[in-house]
Amino acid sequence: MVKVNGEEIDIAGKTLSEYLSSANFDMQRIAVERNGDIVPRAQYDKTTLADGDSVEVVSFVGGG
Amino acid sequence: MAPTEEEMIRALEERHGHDLYCRFSRASVAVCGLGGLGSNIAVSLARAGVGRLILIDFDRVDITNLHRQQYKASQVGMYKTDALYENLMEISPYGNFQTHTARITEDNTKSMLQDADIICEALDSAECKATLANTVLETMPEKYLIASSGMAGLYSANSIKTRKVSGRFYLCGDGTSGIEDGIGLVSSRVMLCAAHAAHMVLRILAGELEP
Repeated sequence: MVKVNGEEIDIAGKTLSEYLSSANFDMQRIAVERNGDIVPRAQYDKTTLADGDSVEVVSFVGGG
Repeated sequence: MAPTEEEMIRALEERHGHDLYCRFSRASVAVCGLGGLGSNIAVSLARAGVGRLILIDFDRVDITNLHRQQYKASQVGMYKTDALYENLMEISPYGNFQTHTARITEDNTKSMLQDADIICEALDSAECKATLANTVLETMPEKYLIASSGMAGLYSANSIKTRKVSGRFYLCGDGTSGIEDGIGLVSSRVMLCAAHAAHMVLRILAGELEP
């Protein structure tokens, strides 16, 4: 299981890109941390989620 | 007549105490975007005596900004950097305010922000916010980043919060109410979010790293 924003999800083995697409995140509006470290945008395709990972997806909305 | 620099320093030391005064006055903080968030963050930090503010925006003051941003009707048409510089110098005449009239991009982020201890993301569009956050977190992991997301509308003031995402990355706002939903920005709620960001800056400078 992978913890995403506090919720346990059965996505171990998927790439980060696969998960983010399936969960309908807008790739241009997010920052992603995995186990406390930022995942560079260019690495989403190459990052495979492992059992026990903790992922934080920060979705930005506009306004300032 | 404006007080002397010594009088201003003495007044700040009396308010904050010597230790906090020193921590604030030695600090360098960047504010990226000088709209409703950034102009209010800058005013709070200038008043608190933060030593150096790096102020970045490419845009000019528009009449539609006056309802929530720290500009005056007489400043419509000026670059926000120039107008805010003017206003901050009236508040804190001996402050060190550096301005960059430029659009912040992935290419110039590092050169504009390299001298900052703490970076406030105060941009408008969700894409620009995310790009700046990613660039800072990827290329300047030693910096503190305080970003903001979700402050539109007349929703409860009490839903605006600061949370620590991880290490040196903080996020202010309610996380959900964006301008994409067609709801406008209201000065009081944007100021609340700006106050959260400015307050987190001062807490970090004081050594308090939890929101």
